[in-house]
Amino acid sequence: MARIDLDHIRQSYVEHPRSPDDYALKEVKHTFADGGAYALLGPSGCGKTTLLNIISGLLRPTEGRILFDGRDVSALSTQERNIAQVFQFPVVYDTMTVRENLAFPLRNRGVPKAEIDRKVAEIIDMIDLGDWADRKAQRLTADQKQKISLGRGLVRSDVNAILFDEPLTVIDPHMKWMLRSQLKVLHKRFGLTMVYVTHDQTEALTFADTVAVMYDGQIVQIGTPAELFERPSHTFVGYFIGSPGMNVLPAKVEGNLARIGERTVRLPGRPGGNAAAITELGVRPEHVRVGREGMPVAIAKVEDIGRHRIVHAALDGHQIAAIVPEEAELPAEAHISFDPAGINLYADSWRVEMGA
Amino acid sequence: MLELKNVSKTVGGVAHIDSVSLTLRRGTLNVLLGPTLSGKTSLMRLMAGLDAPSSGSVWFDGTDVTGVPVRRRNVAMVYQQFINYPTLTVYENIASPLRVAGADAATIDAEVKRAAHLLRLEPFLDRTPLNLSGGQQQRTALARAIVKNASLVLLDEPLANLDYKLREELREELPKIFAEAGTIFAYATTEPSEALLLGGNTATLSEGRVTQFGPTIEVFRHPNDLITAQTFADPPLNTIVLRKRGGQFQLDGGADLPVPASSSGIADGNYTIGFQPHHLSLTPQTAAAVPLRAKVSVTEITGSESFIHLDFADVRWVMLAPGIHSLQPDDAINIYIDPHHMMIFDESGRAVSAGERLAA
Amino acid sequence: MDKTWNNKAWFMVLPVLVLVAFSAVIPLMTVVNYSLQDTFGSNVFFWAGTEWFQQVLGSPRFWNAMGRNLIFSFIILAIEVPLGILIALNMPRRGWGVPVCLVLMALPLLIPWNVVGTIWQVFGRTDIGLLGYYVDRAGIDYNYVRDPYDAWVTVILMDVWHWTSLVVLLSYAGLVSIPDAFYQAAKIDGASRWAVFRYIQLPKMNRVLLIAILLRFMDSFMIYTEPFVVTGGGPGNSTTFLSIDLVKLALGEFNLGQAAAMSLVYFLIILLLSWIFYTVMTNREAGN
Repeated sequence: MARIDLDHIRQSYVEHPRSPDDYALKEVKHTFADGGAYALLGPSGCGKTTLLNIISGLLRPTEGRILFDGRDVSALSTQERNIAQVFQFPVVYDTMTVRENLAFPLRNRGVPKAEIDRKVAEIIDMIDLGDWADRKAQRLTADQKQKISLGRGLVRSDVNAILFDEPLTVIDPHMKWMLRSQLKVLHKRFGLTMVYVTHDQTEALTFADTVAVMYDGQIVQIGTPAELFERPSHTFVGYFIGSPGMNVLPAKVEGNLARIGERTVRLPGRPGGNAAAITELGVRPEHVRVGREGMPVAIAKVEDIGRHRIVHAALDGHQIAAIVPEEAELPAEAHISFDPAGINLYADSWRVEMGA
Repeated sequence: MLELKNVSKTVGGVAHIDSVSLTLRRGTLNVLLGPTLSGKTSLMRLMAGLDAPSSGSVWFDGTDVTGVPVRRRNVAMVYQQFINYPTLTVYENIASPLRVAGADAATIDAEVKRAAHLLRLEPFLDRTPLNLSGGQQQRTALARAIVKNASLVLLDEPLANLDYKLREELREELPKIFAEAGTIFAYATTEPSEALLLGGNTATLSEGRVTQFGPTIEVFRHPNDLITAQTFADPPLNTIVLRKRGGQFQLDGGADLPVPASSSGIADGNYTIGFQPHHLSLTPQTAAAVPLRAKVSVTEITGSESFIHLDFADVRWVMLAPGIHSLQPDDAINIYIDPHHMMIFDESGRAVSAGERLAA
Repeated sequence: MDKTWNNKAWFMVLPVLVLVAFSAVIPLMTVVNYSLQDTFGSNVFFWAGTEWFQQVLGSPRFWNAMGRNLIFSFIILAIEVPLGILIALNMPRRGWGVPVCLVLMALPLLIPWNVVGTIWQVFGRTDIGLLGYYVDRAGIDYNYVRDPYDAWVTVILMDVWHWTSLVVLLSYAGLVSIPDAFYQAAKIDGASRWAVFRYIQLPKMNRVLLIAILLRFMDSFMIYTEPFVVTGGGPGNSTTFLSIDLVKLALGEFNLGQAAAMSLVYFLIILLLSWIFYTVMTNREAGN
């Protein structure tokens, strides 16, 4: 277990990087607290896997230092850092049994046999593979293999952190639920520092206490799932988190009023700073009410996705999505209103605080 | 119209497809939903003519095409992997089926432009696929399938290798594209949420059998049997076996659920009760809601909602509750369910009532 | 994956079937025919029954040659397989070194057998050969024409030089198919270099190694050209392998019946040994 500090990390795959565009990872400075559950969330190519490989030591950062519990480990190899990693595609040792797979990291470190047997038995029980303990790992299903990969990390008592690189990619939806909640339980139980890389918001938000949203080689926001949902600090976060993502409408602000085309929306407070710089208003579909009052809209499409419906409408020519409960009625002359607490304002894509 | 009549496929004594009968109509989107190895790909191969069925027949527009090879069937396929000609430009990739068919230059150009517009590929027509993102590569493959003007387009988990957000966007667009193309689409996926977003019709598959086929939302709300209900649930369906005695479903050790009026006629005995995670709640949502006592195991928060994993009697349930709830593990809490949301299955797994129809 | 039935496909394989019939089946039948009859020339044949087979199987000459074959195959497998794997393990996985190494490795495979023989024949000569001269100068008494031991070393060296590349290329193909994640996981698990080889690389190379061993075994068991060119089977009979003996018997002594019987026995032995090899190795794989 360890606290992990990323101290001004930059990474470039170009020989002599000059412009910021040469960096796959642009200056990351962050601390992963001991025992925390973190997720790095972002689209392909945002640098999240690069960052994970820097933490694990598979990659040496071009610039900056990485510290475990205050000790500089930048020059240390993966083994010396004592971390475990679960990969996208399950990695198991085909010719070994489940038990031997789990014992492998301990055997390599010369742990006494009695100790190995005790530890392995404990982990097999925990990851629920008791019935398969003496089978060859090759014959198991993808989710069982991922459990073995995880178990190989948990079995070591010296492990500083467990890193996950999109571990549920090849798992069927039903098994994803099982594995995810099991992972959460194991995290609570072991109190290990865990860092989970994914492009899937549900996985990131449900697993982690703190999520770092990455975009174009940078962390654009770090926060709890609730913060990312309620107060996206960048329109990208608003778009990337939530299904569908946040509605972003062009707007002008005057005092505590926002104008969207011909319509006026009352804001929960006055924005601080330069109100004239504000160009966009963001509101999540969950915070858009559809009823008989508010701004008139033309409904273009209603998608019934089972547990709720997604209404796609046009507000003065701007596309807007709203989420409506399963059994709610949709009026013929639909109007929408925004939940004031769900309104965010953006200047140059970055969020502007509102005062009272 | 594509008809499968009692089609089976056995390979080395193992039934990959077990007497499937399906009718897919022109201009419809048909989702084949089921977990890995449930037979989705095998079924598509039979539809395409890549495989011949062991028994049964395949009909196209009233003609028996069983055993007619794929080359002579005018079928297009899109796979999970992004399959394009790596050395050809996007334009040439999309044009390739037309060139094979011997279309004239003007037609090719018009068709390629139309497909590129539909799939928003216009800015990339001069690039080669390897210089595109995954989403753009898959759009290219889709454009090629559409331009072929095939009478049957098969899509085998086409979005599985794409980012979550890209998947979401393409799921939005695909139904529009499908509606314009006007041919038969069959779309395989493992994800219930994808089927719901795509709409159209859904056939649920389990162990090589089609357990139900109908309009997607109908199958979701009114599954005919337990297997269909379980296949079509994400998060997993909550189930429990209860004994019906008179007007109550009972569990030894405590719980009592009233039998909904719509199913009052059923005989006493054991039933499996199922309900969707979003139908469980922390507070009573309707006057008819009944409380149950359950123990919290884990809570997962998505930002706007919470997935609360519960231990109830000897089963594991999931509640999908709006808002953020930080419940402590092992807390005993009251949960509520409205009986009219219950799905009731008899001991053979057949639905005796799959929840009352909702006023739409 | 099963295929769609198409009768036209038969026309595609027909030329090959005809070719195989003329090049293999018909000669084989002729050999069977010879092996069961005796002739004193002028195309008059007598039924000989199993006479020829009894002679072959009863002759120490046959069993000696057979023994030499087995020892030879065993030695070259014992050298070429580990050596091939070792070279493959040390070949670069990416960069400009890959094509260079591949071309270098492929070179010996492109040289015809008899040329290999000739090259080594000259190479090993103590008067003008580069190898022979310096080995001789180094004070080692080396002469493959006089010394049976030196003759063996020469033939084995030739085979190793000629064929190790095949094992290298096949092993390399197996190695590059292993995803990086496996090596990373092994690093994280603290696996030693040997453990990586034993638990990741070797299991993943299993299939291609099986093919390599099978090919090398069959091929080495049929060795002919190299010893024929270099040593001519000598000195004495020390490098007279079955194939060389067969040719001596058939063309040198014109003992067609016995030669036919011998070649049939030879053929069956190769078939049998290959089959045993294959089943043992595939069973072992399935057993995992």
